[in-house]
Amino acid sequence: MNPVTEPVAVDPIGSFLDREYTAGFVTDIESVTIPKGLSEDTIRLLSAKKGEPEFMLEWRLAAYRHWLTMDLPEWAKVSFPPIDFQDISYYSAPKSKADGPKSLDEVDPELLRTYEKLGVPLHERARLAGVAVDAVFDSVSVATTFRKQLAEVGVIFCSFSEAVKEHPDLVRKYLGTVVPPGDNFYAALNSAVFSDGSFVFIPKGVRCPMELSTYFRINAQETGQFERTLIIAEEGASVSYLEGCTAPMRDENQLHAAVVELVALDDAKIKYSTVQNWYPGDKDGVGGIYNFVTKRGDCRGARSRISWTQVETGSAITWKYPSVILRGDDSTGEFYSVALSNHRQQADTGTKMIHMGRNTRSTIISKGISAGHGSNTYRGLVRITPKAENARNYTQCDSLLIGKDCAAHTFPTMEVQNPTASVEHEATASRIAEDQLFYAMQRGLSAEDAVSMIVNGFCKEVFKELPMEFAVEAQNLLGVSLEGSVG
Amino acid sequence: MLSIKDLHASVEGKSILRGLSLDVRPGEVHAIMGPNGSGKSTLSQVLAGRENYIVESGTVTWDGQNLLDMPIEERARSGLFLAFQYPIEIPGVSNAYFLRAAVNAARRHRGQPELDAMDFLKRVKAEMKAVGMREEFLYRSVNEGFSGGEKKRNEVLQMTLLEPKLAILDETDSGLDIDALKVVADGVNRLRSPERSLIVITHYQRLLDYIVPDYVHVLSGGRIVRSGGRELALELEERGYGWVKELAAEQNGSAGKGPDAARPGAAQPAEKGAAA
Repeated sequence: MNPVTEPVAVDPIGSFLDREYTAGFVTDIESVTIPKGLSEDTIRLLSAKKGEPEFMLEWRLAAYRHWLTMDLPEWAKVSFPPIDFQDISYYSAPKSKADGPKSLDEVDPELLRTYEKLGVPLHERARLAGVAVDAVFDSVSVATTFRKQLAEVGVIFCSFSEAVKEHPDLVRKYLGTVVPPGDNFYAALNSAVFSDGSFVFIPKGVRCPMELSTYFRINAQETGQFERTLIIAEEGASVSYLEGCTAPMRDENQLHAAVVELVALDDAKIKYSTVQNWYPGDKDGVGGIYNFVTKRGDCRGARSRISWTQVETGSAITWKYPSVILRGDDSTGEFYSVALSNHRQQADTGTKMIHMGRNTRSTIISKGISAGHGSNTYRGLVRITPKAENARNYTQCDSLLIGKDCAAHTFPTMEVQNPTASVEHEATASRIAEDQLFYAMQRGLSAEDAVSMIVNGFCKEVFKELPMEFAVEAQNLLGVSLEGSVG
Repeated sequence: MLSIKDLHASVEGKSILRGLSLDVRPGEVHAIMGPNGSGKSTLSQVLAGRENYIVESGTVTWDGQNLLDMPIEERARSGLFLAFQYPIEIPGVSNAYFLRAAVNAARRHRGQPELDAMDFLKRVKAEMKAVGMREEFLYRSVNEGFSGGEKKRNEVLQMTLLEPKLAILDETDSGLDIDALKVVADGVNRLRSPERSLIVITHYQRLLDYIVPDYVHVLSGGRIVRSGGRELALELEERGYGWVKELAAEQNGSAGKGPDAARPGAAQPAEKGAAA
């Protein structure tokens, strides 16, 4: 018998190399971190550090007291060891920043280098054209670019801490009106201890002249990041906002519990995009960020429109359901999502569309990708309330499985209380087809390029919703996140 | 250019190719015919390098290299093209993107500069006209929602753009009406040159009216049981495949004795006459 010739490229996906998580470095910077633990004193200390007005402290304390009465949610399809909330530090800031806000020239060069390394240059000369950036490092905002240019048209774009001090009336008027402090366990915790985030206010009739974005960076060890973002678009205003997130590679899990609230008045439009690349943990599931986030938009005015687009490639666990309350007549809510779980990542994500006004419309496009031992769950709620005449919803949930050890789940819930409603749901699940790979490789494409092309094709409907500059980033991210996905 | 010697291959433990030999020289057109299940498609899949098609023994030499050691994409980039019997759909990936990625992979391999979007479009549009494809097919997802004929034209378009040294057409005629068949055959014929070889796998003689082969081989039971010229295809058309199976059974008795017991696949030009 002649020697048996081994077949070539038995497992083209498995031939991927494990590329490093490129944002996994640690910035060596002196930080002020408060001792671990959570109590009313912690909150008083935190509030004092930020120099907050009394109303803010009271608000936090009320949220904290409520949180103490709440239980951890257990309905999500994720599993992790219990979190010791006393073993986390709730505030950490670069020392240079501790003395209060500074102009960009005064920001520690080490911080500027950090953001440059992450592809978000803050220098005047190197800035991304047409994109204003708020850079949040651990618990504080270190810089916000293009503020002057934005202020000229009346747009307020600053860190949340500054907004509390400089625009307390606006904060008081809107904070907690979309996500009440007691909404859920993590939202209550966030309301008690939130550190920083972005504040955006687009006045009546103004179309924000540039993309706004916030780049969240976790750096300090054993701290949690509790960001709070509030975006308000007044009558006829419009804005496109994007957030990006990364964290160093560490063996411990870190908690990120954010709350984002959007308010759109009559004829206002808010487009909110997320490219989430928190450290996902290693291939055995050690380390990584717990990303427990409450995001909700309120289409408060008639003909308003709120659109969520998210590309979730990072985090050990993702638990988030960006939602829209369609209160105004003729308002529109959209949710476009790509969620990837590779290795041991767990994602339980989806949306809620609550139709309350007449002729309200919502669209949900969810693309879940599972690889390795990843678990990916779509969880959605479409509720048509009794007064929502002629409400329309279209939901499409597609799952793509790569390899044999991953899982995909879909839990769509529909509550229709008005007979004039039209609700459509489509769902597909497919395995990345060996014949697609073979076809592409027979045309000369490498296995990596072929997988990346097929996955990007699968996600196309979502990527086309992202602002141009970020669509490319999202595609690259997906390629990197899939490396080593099998074998 | 391509030399297959005593090739044995199996799929999922089932032995399909049992001692197939074939030599293809530059510029030659070889037709491989045979009844269903004779191993025609297995041959094309093995040559292209598909996983799960296990080569048990034998050799395949391609341009002086051991083809069986080369990964799928290397085979493709070095000029081996397979036109699929059932072209695959890739949702969300535009045909233009796919074609350009393939063309540039081949160009990089040959040390040529990559084509930019403008140059590529110019080129692809001209070729599309030639195979009778409308421009909109560039912007649609690869093969998604294409009719059978459109898929086959898309295969010929890819072949034209990639300029392979050896193209294997796997039942390219299946599911085509006569008009589509002519268009596809015209596309293939335009590619014929003294350097480029073709292996045309087909069940029916019909395609060979349009793509005239230099050699015809009859495959049965995983081996070439008879080789001849163009007229062998006509004989098959007349007599059906029944006698081929008998022939295979007859030769099977001597198959274990060594490659020279039955070497019709060597396709010496002399055999052309012998088959008449």
